Amino acid sequence: MSTTVEPATAGTAEPISIHGQAVRRGDRIFRGVSLFAGITILVIIGAIGIFLIWRAIPSLQANTANFFTTSAWFPDQTPNPVFGIAALTFGTLFTAAIAMVLGVPVGIGIALFIAQYADRRLASTLGFVTDLLAAVPSIIFGMWGLSFLTPHMEGLGQWLNDYLGFIPIFRNDLNQYSKSILIAGVVLAIMVLPTISALSREVLTQVPRSTIEASLALGATRWEMVRQAMFPFARPGMISAAMLGLGRALGETIAVALILSASNVINWHITEPGGNTFAANIALKWNEAGPIGLSALIASGLVLFAITLVVNTIARGIIARHAEFRESS
Amino acid sequence: MSTTQMTPAPATEPALHDLLAGRQLPRWAPLAAAAAGIVISLLLNLISAVDGVAGTAVVAAILFVIFQTGWSLRVEGRRHAVDRLATTAVYATFVIAATPLIAVLATVFVKGIKVISMTFLTHSMRNVDTQGPGGGLQHAIVGTFQQVGLAALMGVPLGILAAIYLVEYTADAKSSRLARAIGFVVDVMTGVPSVIVGLFVYSAFILTLGLPRSGFAAAIALAILMLPVVVRSTEEMLRIVPRELREASLALGIPRWRTITKIVLPTALAGIITGVMLAIARIAGETAPLLLTTFLSQSFNYNAFKGPQAALPTFIWDQFTSGTQASQDRAWGGALVLITIVMLFYAGARLIARFTGVKKF
Repeated sequence: MSTTVEPATAGTAEPISIHGQAVRRGDRIFRGVSLFAGITILVIIGAIGIFLIWRAIPSLQANTANFFTTSAWFPDQTPNPVFGIAALTFGTLFTAAIAMVLGVPVGIGIALFIAQYADRRLASTLGFVTDLLAAVPSIIFGMWGLSFLTPHMEGLGQWLNDYLGFIPIFRNDLNQYSKSILIAGVVLAIMVLPTISALSREVLTQVPRSTIEASLALGATRWEMVRQAMFPFARPGMISAAMLGLGRALGETIAVALILSASNVINWHITEPGGNTFAANIALKWNEAGPIGLSALIASGLVLFAITLVVNTIARGIIARHAEFRESS
Repeated sequence: MSTTQMTPAPATEPALHDLLAGRQLPRWAPLAAAAAGIVISLLLNLISAVDGVAGTAVVAAILFVIFQTGWSLRVEGRRHAVDRLATTAVYATFVIAATPLIAVLATVFVKGIKVISMTFLTHSMRNVDTQGPGGGLQHAIVGTFQQVGLAALMGVPLGILAAIYLVEYTADAKSSRLARAIGFVVDVMTGVPSVIVGLFVYSAFILTLGLPRSGFAAAIALAILMLPVVVRSTEEMLRIVPRELREASLALGIPRWRTITKIVLPTALAGIITGVMLAIARIAGETAPLLLTTFLSQSFNYNAFKGPQAALPTFIWDQFTSGTQASQDRAWGGALVLITIVMLFYAGARLIARFTGVKKF
């Protein structure tokens, strides 16, 4: 890259190594400082893992129940603390799954619309508008979900119960439709839209013009062209876009904490109130927690950290392997 | 494969145009289908087979899809019918995405504007009954600006220097391997949930190092959250600074570090500022890390290094979860102020990018 050029310093007396490495003192210092900044980033991510593990250990040792299969959350109970992440895992995965089912097709649809269907001027405006969605703070999505979306979702919940109630997850025995996993999932779907559509748009606009034109010239309809020429090229990018959205949905805290009526039980009826997620549980229980309680919340945070780390690493791995997406960005 | 399509069907003799291009629906076909869908849906509404605005709209949309697809299927054939269906679906996703954005902004504005007043903007919640009306959020604005400012002081230089290392100092194999590792970690860091960063700051700085719960602790968490955004955007900007500029400077015998600070950074400055402002817009609305590291305060606290400090997101959280009408009104007022600040940063960033950005070469 740029550093292949060696400083041409015929006139100076200072020594220059043949590898073009900095030997002047100013250069050495500046290089050292920027290297330090880079290493700091590595240290931070390592420190996050180490400190969370360290601070989680006391509660895991005190816990008298199985951490992975227990739903209850009573870490400050003396003498026998009982807590586990079963219900949290269920709630986190279920809300994220709803967000994915709703968010991925819509996100990719928006990306397609901007990349292929809308004209250029409109497309850039629309890109700006979807980016604006990303700038809305999550607490505002939570407030909106609770006070605006919830009343509007009641009818849908009732409809699902009346006509699709034979499917267990849509049955509602309480006749209450607010503060449910479904509503949290819908809000999460809206929140992951910008993530998914931004990256999908990037890869979809990089499909070579010649491929698109060749497909259309062979008589393909626009949709056939999209399916046969654009999707195969953009698929790795779209998959990792979905994974990044999943990472955001798994870790979203405050919106979910506001919307769900937190209860640490596993309830398959997704339109009924209840459910909890890792992140929401941490925010809600933080201030009433004692020493073991804080440590227990840190332990649950460690699990969430591990899950999001895996999801993000896979997503970034896919992008890195298909490096052509990065080239022109 | 394609030859079979070239032979005209012997039985019928379609017009030459239809033979080559296939029979097509008239251009007004989607409009007609939409009109028919809406009219029939309204009729169904009148005889109470369908009720509600949402129900009517959904039925109209379904009827539109059925009419258009069916018509197209009869006239144009299966492939074009599928194409029209897909086009409808793609347009629909856009409406689906635009609806919540408009709904969110409208709700915040309508509910928030009611409580905005000079009192609201210039007072704190000290000695104000949370259950009743009155009070304000200036203490939260002060806190947010201090915390975000401190976070930027820490996060921005660190991020820019890291980006400089990634772009300018990665010639030999060893440092390029290190740079790849750092780049990968930066990407992964983008996806670390903010609540985890809050947990980290709490367990490392507050529990272990004995830092008090303060605005500064929150600022550390926010700095970590903005770091990957700053690194990525700066890196991108540095990469599009033309190589010729560096070569010219180096060829004049100017040391590399002077080249970077005097030539490369100024060229990329507008883009870097854009990235920083986007990062600030991103962290200004973070709630979870603040709840874990500084928590709430109802009074002014101008010292970010000591004691709990309010911030706009935690003010909103506190007022909204207090649950009375007056406190919820204040929460919406806070939301309007917060979203205005975030959008100003966001719009500012976009304007700088549009008018002064580094041209791609």
